[in-house]
Amino acid sequence: MNKPRILKETPSQTAGPYVHIGLAPRAAGFDIYEQELGTDIAGPEAKGERIRVTGCVFDATGAPVRDALIEAWQANAEGHFPHPEDGRATEPGFRGWGRVISDFESGEWAFDTIRPGPVPGPRGQLQAPHIALWLVARGINIGLHTRLYFPEEEAANAADPVLCAIPDPRRRATLIARRIEREEGVTYRFDIRIQGADETVFLDI
Amino acid sequence: MTEHSHRKGPSGPFFARDFARHPPARWPDYKTSIARSPSQPLLSIEQGLGEITGPLFSLRDIGPQDNDLLANYTHGGSPIGERILIHGRVLDENARPVPGVLVEIWQANAAGRYRHRNDGYLAPLDPNFGGCGRTVTDAEGYYFFRTLKPGAYPWPNATDSWRPPHIHFSIFGSGFAQRLITQAYFEGDPLIARCPIAQSIPDPQALEMLIARLDMENSVPFDMLAWRFDIVLRGRRSTYFENRPEGN
Ligand SMILES: [Fe+3]
Repeated sequence: MNKPRILKETPSQTAGPYVHIGLAPRAAGFDIYEQELGTDIAGPEAKGERIRVTGCVFDATGAPVRDALIEAWQANAEGHFPHPEDGRATEPGFRGWGRVISDFESGEWAFDTIRPGPVPGPRGQLQAPHIALWLVARGINIGLHTRLYFPEEEAANAADPVLCAIPDPRRRATLIARRIEREEGVTYRFDIRIQGADETVFLDI
Repeated sequence: MTEHSHRKGPSGPFFARDFARHPPARWPDYKTSIARSPSQPLLSIEQGLGEITGPLFSLRDIGPQDNDLLANYTHGGSPIGERILIHGRVLDENARPVPGVLVEIWQANAAGRYRHRNDGYLAPLDPNFGGCGRTVTDAEGYYFFRTLKPGAYPWPNATDSWRPPHIHFSIFGSGFAQRLITQAYFEGDPLIARCPIAQSIPDPQALEMLIARLDMENSVPFDMLAWRFDIVLRGRRSTYFENRPEGN
């Protein structure tokens, strides 16, 4: 059955400076919920390579955005999403979703997860491994979607339909994280520039 | 993952977002948006599995009192202010209820002060009011919160900018493409017309959707007034291949 578009979407409003109260109250300065949500993306049983992602969001003046909230959505190492419309199995406890906030002083944020596998695109062709990110903050009127890709996936990235849709290689590079080897494991650095030189590519999904 | 049945089987992508209903990224009257808005156009992409799926939530993720802001942070007393019920349904653009979605809210207390380390407004904190709540919509897409009517508060924008009383809403859909954060205002409030954030919405009919309506039918006599706030998320096309007739 083809259900028509009858209603219109509720308009967006900025998350404002106090988004933490609702979505990360401990960071706002108080303890209210038994468990805050979005603190563990992959869960203890997830297979695959454990990685850390770090970054900072910058505004048009180059200043760090210190009140940002970022959510991540990703597949597991096999490229499966924990959702009935995917339908393929994921490890127990694998949520694929997390949220982090910028540090109030430095603007730095970080999350731990596993490296995702390639995922099916709109017509079944594979997309390069990536993590979908969604960014809100004071001054952002509608949440910004972007994607983090991995630098060592050169062949998959070269064939990825989203990356290929960005003609300027310099802009394409804004979606590819930087790999940093550390003793504790691999870290991917992904800075987001909202506006200006090297402005991150944001997506209308 | 959830007690509620999500729609089964692959359906089509979400309808394209109609940005004319949303505030533009750059809205100079809201000064912070000037440096925090992309200057390049968004890249439109075809939705794949990663866009039509999204995180799932259930009542197991939250506590039984999480949607009662009158009770979820009390320290020996009741919070002070006008007690209200704010409730409604989460629907999609196809007018279908969206069950099993996480709705999170946050707000100032009745004096207009937020419980946040960065809020320095001189109005007092309320020791019995945290100011946040969360719930999961039922099979009909219905949600409700018990809370206080928030106060107006001043903010640094123009020299004398005041936010109208409002409740911030964060809503998940069944897919990540539906993710939405918005604010609910209160019918009849004269500050709405003076608020650059509310007025950043170009279409007056779209702004109307953010105004909760006084709902006497559902007020609780001798207890609380009710306000109705329905939320519409992006709907879905029936099929990926629109040029093909149905059934192919
Ligand atoms: Fe606010």
